[in-house]
Amino acid sequence: MSATSDHTPAYTTTTPAELQRVPLVQNQRSLAWISDKVAGIIEDDAPRWWWYAFIPSFLIATVGFASIGYLITTGVGVWGLNNPVMWGWAIVNFVWWIGIGHAGTLISAILFLLRQKWRTSINRTAEAMTIFAVMCAGIFPAIHVGRVWLVWYPLPIPNANDIWPQFRSPLLWDVFAVSTYFTVSLLFWYMGLIPDLATIRDRLRLQAQHLTGPAAQFINKAKQAVYGFFALGWTGSNRHWSHYEKAYLLLAGLSTPLVLSVHSIVSFDFAVSQVPGWHTTIFPPYFVAGAIFSGFGMVLTLMIPLRSLFKLEEIITERHIELMCKVTLATGSIVGYAYGMEFFIAWYGGNPYELYAFKNRAFGPYWWAYWIMVSCNVISPQFFWFKKIRTNMVAVFVLSIFVNIGMWFERFVIVVTSLHRDFLPSNWGYYSPTLMDVLTYVGTMGFFMTLFLLFIRFLPLIAISEVKGVTPQADPHHELGGAQKEVSH
Amino acid sequence: MSNIFPKWTNRLPLLVLAGGLLLGGGVVTGVTYYFTPKYTNVGYQPLQPVSFSHKIHAGELGMDCRYCHNGVEKSWFSNIPAASTCMNCHSVVLKDDLRLAPIRESHEKQTPVPWVQIHKTPDYVYFNHSVHVNRGISCVHCHGKINEMDEVRHEKTLSMAFCLDCHRTAHEKIRPLEQVYNLNWKSDGFTPEREGRALAGKLGVEGSTSCSVCHR
Repeated sequence: MSATSDHTPAYTTTTPAELQRVPLVQNQRSLAWISDKVAGIIEDDAPRWWWYAFIPSFLIATVGFASIGYLITTGVGVWGLNNPVMWGWAIVNFVWWIGIGHAGTLISAILFLLRQKWRTSINRTAEAMTIFAVMCAGIFPAIHVGRVWLVWYPLPIPNANDIWPQFRSPLLWDVFAVSTYFTVSLLFWYMGLIPDLATIRDRLRLQAQHLTGPAAQFINKAKQAVYGFFALGWTGSNRHWSHYEKAYLLLAGLSTPLVLSVHSIVSFDFAVSQVPGWHTTIFPPYFVAGAIFSGFGMVLTLMIPLRSLFKLEEIITERHIELMCKVTLATGSIVGYAYGMEFFIAWYGGNPYELYAFKNRAFGPYWWAYWIMVSCNVISPQFFWFKKIRTNMVAVFVLSIFVNIGMWFERFVIVVTSLHRDFLPSNWGYYSPTLMDVLTYVGTMGFFMTLFLLFIRFLPLIAISEVKGVTPQADPHHELGGAQKEVSH
Repeated sequence: MSNIFPKWTNRLPLLVLAGGLLLGGGVVTGVTYYFTPKYTNVGYQPLQPVSFSHKIHAGELGMDCRYCHNGVEKSWFSNIPAASTCMNCHSVVLKDDLRLAPIRESHEKQTPVPWVQIHKTPDYVYFNHSVHVNRGISCVHCHGKINEMDEVRHEKTLSMAFCLDCHRTAHEKIRPLEQVYNLNWKSDGFTPEREGRALAGKLGVEGSTSCSVCHR
């Protein structure tokens, strides 16, 4: 730009007032308040609702495991599987749970690398959800093999039979993808927990001074030992923190490709086969988008009650919920696009069998499943275009439930409708689940909720140290810098 | 504030690592040794109703395997001879020996001698004797030097790895057809790489490792 002194510039150089983002922790809460609030959840007695949730969950989990016991002692015939639908609810549930398990690592790894600071309030819970969901998912492939005692066959273990896993099978890739994902997610989650476990440990030591009676003292000592053991001697020194940050970044880098790879490989279980309706190249991206969609759906389902039950609205703010709604909207729209594109390619590809598979999907005997899927996955997230709905917690909760239902039906549609019309019309059949299918599935929900409720009871459900780091007060130059002052309310 | 853990716990990671390695190594060694056919099958030598000596018959007397196991070339099953086969000689030789009483009884009453089977393949495995002996695979590969055993014992593992090992390298085991029943055969001048491969090609030995070859 040429600088001519005799001309006045056509514009003024005053900086416009900076638009302030909504703070991630509201009401200028102090750092001590955050510690007290989150650690208090563990330190207080279990609220009544916790027991009302825990006991049924535990009972349902027990029924689920009993049904698995019955399956193992009797055989997979107790499920509704038969020719031609050889993969029924077990695989539907497996893919559903694995999909749910995608939000945690997305939030903790990808959003970390993208410097999305809002992740800090939800990452701990989302990661826990991921781990528990992958545990539930892992049950199904393990028990669907029929002879569970041979389930180690996919592992490359030298043995007296001289047989080796078939490395050309996507089912084998799946074993490696899911177990890698579980291991890395668990490590990531645990590593993030270490500073907070040390916080709990140190708070227990402070509380010990005010305790009377040998029983209370002993319980306190035992808790100190357990939290202290898992805190690995964390002191919060500068060296600890710098190692921690480095390791966290590395693990985030490692986990990021896993978020994309796991569900891509799950989709290969279908896409690598020759079955019309499965054999499509759109599957990997479509499955990944669907997984993130369902994962965020589940995070919303869990977070919305949690934040109001534990009064965490100042840490998990409306803005957090809104942002999650936006991710759900984006991924839900990708999923909707994929549904449309599948139909387009089925027609455009000119393969009559492919076209038949898709027509049959929408208008065949399982039309009801298809339209439940479309209404839940394509229509319901579109409501998130409206801010009024994104900030209405009841509406978001209800819509998130629809997302969970829709994503289960998506997997049902893919697995069952593609199989029930075999290449030979004489094989054609109609698959229905049995009571055992239902009990096993509901049982894993109980198992999931049991683990989740234990998690919120015994571990800090919000990453205390990370949330502190994103508050304005964390900046020592802030007027409320450090833990100096608290604005009274 | 006092420390929660005593000082020695600083060594805990090292101890856990060492303990884990020891325990893991122990488990692997134990399973490899005790849980494989090498341990569970090899050396099995049950008490037989008659202490029939293969060493005397097949070794010192030089009888052909097929004199007794006469179905081996024609059948998937290598038969155990009936008492009448024994009586071909033993109606004359050792005709009143006490040790042979069960044979004579079997012969008179037409009831089988309750021999105890030693070499077994699982019921999900299809094994055909005739296919092997007619393609230059000797008895000795699976049964060992029977001609040197007083009483027969399980010599080889007969595990799946054992079968596959031979199926992958059949040319190393193959021998001229007339030497199949010669358990003492020495492969002088018969090299696996040249003569072995040539013979395998001539007899159409493929040594297939497809699942359905054995698991039908």
